[in-house]
Amino acid sequence: MTVRPAKDKTGTGSSVKGGLPPSRSAIDANLRAILCDVLALDAAIVEAFDHDTGLFGHRPELDSMAVATLFTEMEDRLDIIIEDDDVDGEMLETYGGLLVFAEAKAVGL
Amino acid sequence: MALVFDRGRKHRLLVLPALFDEANKLRRQTIEIMARLDLSGIDSFLPDFPGCNESLEPLGTQTLDSWRAAAAEAAAHFQVTHVLSIRAGALLAPPALPGWRYAATTGAKTLRSMLRARTIAAREAGHSEKPEELAEKARKFGIELAGWPLGSAMFSALEAAAANVDSQQATIDQADIGGPGLWLRAEPAEDPEQADALAALVAIGLTHL
Repeated sequence: MTVRPAKDKTGTGSSVKGGLPPSRSAIDANLRAILCDVLALDAAIVEAFDHDTGLFGHRPELDSMAVATLFTEMEDRLDIIIEDDDVDGEMLETYGGLLVFAEAKAVGL
Repeated sequence: MALVFDRGRKHRLLVLPALFDEANKLRRQTIEIMARLDLSGIDSFLPDFPGCNESLEPLGTQTLDSWRAAAAEAAAHFQVTHVLSIRAGALLAPPALPGWRYAATTGAKTLRSMLRARTIAAREAGHSEKPEELAEKARKFGIELAGWPLGSAMFSALEAAAANVDSQQATIDQADIGGPGLWLRAEPAEDPEQADALAALVAIGLTHL
């Protein structure tokens, strides 16, 4: 299993006015851009990732070193800190899991 | 051992590669850059650091200073005029040598990614390791990270190592090159356009210095 087309785009399009944490759509766009760079995929393919698209354990190139690189880049570009205790299999397994994690981090949860 | 493009020309460039995991990811790109410099009339020299690639030395006994000494030795041996360092290669560049550092990173950031990779792999294998505890042990006994055995002296020195700000090397950021840094990629890759851009910056710099 690699990539499935997006079933719907709802839930990722809300926007937030200035001064508040980055909008969900901004985090989503940023996260997709990071995955493009790490997985070396075309934007169109990563654009089609949906909530259930498999990541760690589903893509052979996404080994522990690649995940470490992914986290470091998420910290830099999303301005978050990822603690070791934050990391579990669920957040890494699917695109949706990773997005929910990034959103929670961005609002300081 | 070293990979060289040497035709006895005026401009002779020491290339200090990215380190550890990034060394593998960027090696092809590094050689692409050297091939372009060759076409621009610039000789270049990419040495193997002790304990890496063709070197017969054990990596676990190397220190940051032994690598810096090796870089200085290579600079003297090949009679280079300039240096181009890549990523953490900047930590090893002889400060007095003019040149460039491309997308320099610190030793601490390099270690952080490798420690993180190790804890992720451990978790996947069903046991838990903490980066802080690993680092503490590594300072005393050394550690193997992402397949690279690092001695305690190497680990401790890397934690504090950053590119020398007093050096004669100008900074080239990834934004100057365009596109994503190839060290981000899960698999080693090359990018002809990025290689063109970096080689052009160096070649233009050399002919105007």
